[in-house]
Amino acid sequence: MHPAPSVIIFTTFSGLGFGLLFWLGIDATAPTGWVAFVFFAIAYLMAVGGLVASTFHLGHPERAIKAFSQWRSSWLSREGIAAVFTLLIMALYGAGLVFFGAQWSPLGWLGALGALATVFTTSMIYTQLKTVPRWHHWTTPALFLALSLGGGALLSGRVTVALVLLLVAAAVQIAAWYFGDTRLKASGTSLASATGLGGIGEVRAFEPPHTGTNYLLKEFVHVVGRKHATQLRLITLLLAFAVPIAILLLGVNHITALLAVVSHIAGVLCLRWLFFAQAEHVVGLYYGKR
Amino acid sequence: MTTLPTSTDKKLGLVIDLDTCVGCHACVVSCKGWNTENYGAPLSDQNAYSGAASGTFLNRVHSYEVQPADKAAQLIHFPKSCLHCEDAPCVTVCPTGASYKRVEDGIVLVNEKDCIGCGLCAWACPYGARELDAEEKVMKKCTLCVDRIYNTNLPEEDRQPACVRTCPAGARHFGDLGDPDSDVSQLVAERGGFDLMPEQGTKPVNKYLPPRPKDVEPEFDILAPYLEPIATDGKGFVGWLDKALSALPGGAK
Ligand code: SF4
Ligand code: SF4
Ligand code: SF4
Repeated sequence: MHPAPSVIIFTTFSGLGFGLLFWLGIDATAPTGWVAFVFFAIAYLMAVGGLVASTFHLGHPERAIKAFSQWRSSWLSREGIAAVFTLLIMALYGAGLVFFGAQWSPLGWLGALGALATVFTTSMIYTQLKTVPRWHHWTTPALFLALSLGGGALLSGRVTVALVLLLVAAAVQIAAWYFGDTRLKASGTSLASATGLGGIGEVRAFEPPHTGTNYLLKEFVHVVGRKHATQLRLITLLLAFAVPIAILLLGVNHITALLAVVSHIAGVLCLRWLFFAQAEHVVGLYYGKR
Repeated sequence: MTTLPTSTDKKLGLVIDLDTCVGCHACVVSCKGWNTENYGAPLSDQNAYSGAASGTFLNRVHSYEVQPADKAAQLIHFPKSCLHCEDAPCVTVCPTGASYKRVEDGIVLVNEKDCIGCGLCAWACPYGARELDAEEKVMKKCTLCVDRIYNTNLPEEDRQPACVRTCPAGARHFGDLGDPDSDVSQLVAERGGFDLMPEQGTKPVNKYLPPRPKDVEPEFDILAPYLEPIATDGKGFVGWLDKALSALPGGAK
């Protein structure tokens, strides 16, 4: 799949923003006043910034409001609703903390639930696609949730929780790569089943339908950079997990905490690039590609 | 509504004959021609007159080489357009309701006024049947020529999809695949029509007819035995010639 910057930025920052909102929502001793303002500002900047970035890949963003209508069948629609709901509830909850020094806990719990729902629905947009066998697997929602909660914990300064969740996220990512590399083959979809000609003999793409490129090849058959996958996976593990975990273990101050956060974000951006660039869409088979 | 109808009154679709398709791309051209002037936004081209040309097409013809274990390879031309799936994943993923499947005839369409161009439906289609138009930024797909098949302004023989009407080899057939007595259903039953990627669970309405087995040429010429090729273990003049030529520098042994 084409690793569009807009979707990489969206999934990375929204995940972190909603993760932070989750921890703010369930915090029994939530910060108030200025401290709360800073936390909420960071969370909203990331969550809303990510959502705005996601509209950049829309052909007609001016019609985006219509995307809230099909929650009965569409995970993308559900995600939109969950995100707006969470942002509204958490705005009220945040206003209580920042301006009135009051903690309206039930609102926070509701918002935390909404944040989880948002991250889960985002992950399901990818997981539901049978056409991308690598994503059509339990590791996709598990990874999105673990990264969001782990990153949120890191941002909110929860050392032990962040430590555990980042370890979990790293394990899930390794599992996702391990299973992912054989998913296309295991899906049973091949050029033989795509053409139905496998019964006659070995099928080979002889001539594509056109001399130039097309939307399908640009969007679904991204092979550039796949050859660096192994190095990028190591960089991902290092930046997203190893560095922040080491810092958390060695003890944090303001400077190292910032370093941990920056490293984690860079790592997750890398991870998401791989998430898209390495995902094989079955339509590539028709072109003799993957 | 992007939930799918539980059943449709008809299942209109195409039957594509891989035995007779000659790979002429006439259906590709007629499809682009009709659909760029009719239903919805036109089908744009980018850099049409440069080396990097690309454009939106609703129907494309691939070519595959199939190599049987013990026979000569076969070249098979393979036209592909939307298969108007019964369990169309492209419809259920659409967040806006722009994509829908019609209850009356099962045709899968996009209401372009509602489409936000998110592209998710194209991600969900395993067949590459949907393309986001680079100029209009809305999703384009085969309409089964919905503006021809019911169009009483057209002469009756033209009330079929442009690709079907154009095909010089008669490789594309249009009809109701939900009616077991229809011509297309009969054809599918007779020729062993099959689904593309059945494991994806999309239940395509369109069916493909397999190439017929290649004939084996029977020996029919009574003179053939007298025209046997010259023996390889040549004797007499031929044998002498063979040896003489081989003896020359660079001659084949
Ligand atoms: S072929 Fe693709 S676009 Fe057409 S109905 Fe099936 S899934 Fe949808
Ligand atoms: S591109 Fe248009 S038709 Fe396709 S899912 Fe998005 S809104 Fe629906
Ligand atoms: S039915 Fe019409 S829109 Fe569909 S491939 Fe044929 S000509 Fe194109």
